[in-house]
Amino acid sequence: MDEQGPIDQYLRERMAGKILDSGIIRGEVAVVISREGLLESFRLLKQDARTDLNFLTDLTAVDYLGKKEPRFEVVYHLASVRAKQRLRVKVPVPETDPEVESLTPLWKGANWLEREVWDLFGIRFRGHPNLKRVLLYEEFQGHPLRKDYPVNQCQPLVPEREVKGTFVDERSRNKLMDFKRRWGRQS
Amino acid sequence: MNEAIPELPLETQDLQMGPSHPATHGTIKFNLKLEGEKVLDCEVEVGYLHRGFDKSCEQATWTQVIPYTDRLNYASPLINNVGYALAVEKLLGIETPPRCQFIRVVMSELSRIFDHLTCCGMAASELGAITAGFYMMEARELVMRLVEEVTGARLTVTYVRIGGVKHDLPYLFDERVRAVFRTVRRLLEDCDRLLSRNRIFIDRLSGVGVISPETALNYSLTGPVLRSTGVNYDVRKDYPYLVYDQLEFTVPVGARGDNYDRFVCRIQEIEQSMRLVEQALGKMLPGPFFIEDPRFALPEKDRVYNSIEGLMHHFKIIMEGIQVPPGEIYFAVEGGNGELGFYLVSDGGGKPYRIRVRPPCFIAMSAFHEMVKGCLVADLVPTFGMINMIGGECDR
Repeated sequence: MDEQGPIDQYLRERMAGKILDSGIIRGEVAVVISREGLLESFRLLKQDARTDLNFLTDLTAVDYLGKKEPRFEVVYHLASVRAKQRLRVKVPVPETDPEVESLTPLWKGANWLEREVWDLFGIRFRGHPNLKRVLLYEEFQGHPLRKDYPVNQCQPLVPEREVKGTFVDERSRNKLMDFKRRWGRQS
Repeated sequence: MNEAIPELPLETQDLQMGPSHPATHGTIKFNLKLEGEKVLDCEVEVGYLHRGFDKSCEQATWTQVIPYTDRLNYASPLINNVGYALAVEKLLGIETPPRCQFIRVVMSELSRIFDHLTCCGMAASELGAITAGFYMMEARELVMRLVEEVTGARLTVTYVRIGGVKHDLPYLFDERVRAVFRTVRRLLEDCDRLLSRNRIFIDRLSGVGVISPETALNYSLTGPVLRSTGVNYDVRKDYPYLVYDQLEFTVPVGARGDNYDRFVCRIQEIEQSMRLVEQALGKMLPGPFFIEDPRFALPEKDRVYNSIEGLMHHFKIIMEGIQVPPGEIYFAVEGGNGELGFYLVSDGGGKPYRIRVRPPCFIAMSAFHEMVKGCLVADLVPTFGMINMIGGECDR
């Protein structure tokens, strides 16, 4: 706990120019950093012996539509397993170019979490090995956790997707097609 | 001798396992790349149970979110309730009375017991040890009855409120808990004799689904999966909340990071949770179980029906919701499967601006391919069982 005050100061000195804002609210240390050189900033946080924030607890985003400029904020929660310390890092992302660097080179766990943020918020992660939707399906239109996505929005019906793989039973598929041809809606 | 056997031509094949498979409890799909029966790669597809938890919460008041949290990890709904309520209370800057904190510890630990019993019981029965599975289900049923007695529901409990709990524990609850724990301990002993030194069971679990501590930390794993690798990380010990720092318990830690260690960790955690419940029930003193603050506590029904002030007070809290100041908070509790964190953003007023849950199962499933690479197809089942993926929490 005695390190809490200084960690804020220390980061300010160490990452001069990158930290836009910092503070301790309700006992939680939070810093806002710019998205330029994001990966390098996080590498420093992870590898610096003093901070030792080796654990990516959580990664998410918030949409501040009409409340803050820039619109999005990607929120990282880091923790140090040894020092039992947490740090919240926020990165503002503008609406016009919603893209930040991916943290997958540092933490493999960022992979799915970043996919989820892309899925629900439409923020891209540069350098991500496999940036596709994780909770929703590929044909989904829009990003539902954006504040301008209506709650009662309906999605269009999508045609049945071709299943790729060795063990797709052709007979059952033919049966299904036959059934659809006979009983399906004529469009 | 090897030269005598001609080299068989091997070709890789794709197999799609799921989304509805009898050996995987939960809708999840594995796209496997196989060489014979060996898993070369596994791509996990989740999201079949996605129902927009985050978006729904943004439409509800802070209190109305509590029933949604029941449906996250439905194997341990009380822990989700407690975690959410604690996060909102931290944002509000209030602290609940000591009796309420003890009740919350008791209820979370009961929940953890039946989470682990479900996990181990299901995993055992999936491997054919159906007797042990039924014994654990029996133990789970007994614990579930205790929960039912307190909350009135079995799964969707909605017992915790912001600022307290719904009502106090019933009369002579601690005696019934002790009686139930005697039976549970006997049943667990039986399971221990059936499983822990059972050759078949050990062969299926030991050395399967191995993950190293470095990889586990790199994938942000928590809970029994991380502890089985030897990393001692438990939110209850590392960032103590409620009254866990006043109670004595140890955190079981494995060594090899395989399925057997995960199983043993969970079984030992059940014993530790029972210890915690007994201690908490012993230390609990009579007193209020809800914060005495008219901003959060609903008035007595007598006042609601017989006075205009009471009625207005009730109406304000129900219709407008509890007023939470603007700000943000991250608060984590130790769930059944790992660190269950809530990141709340409030813009002031009665409704949350954003609620994010850190789902331990989702993160564990992202490391699943590392655990099963090089295993057989049959090894997927115990590995998946020991992660204890709960669709409601993974897909939200």
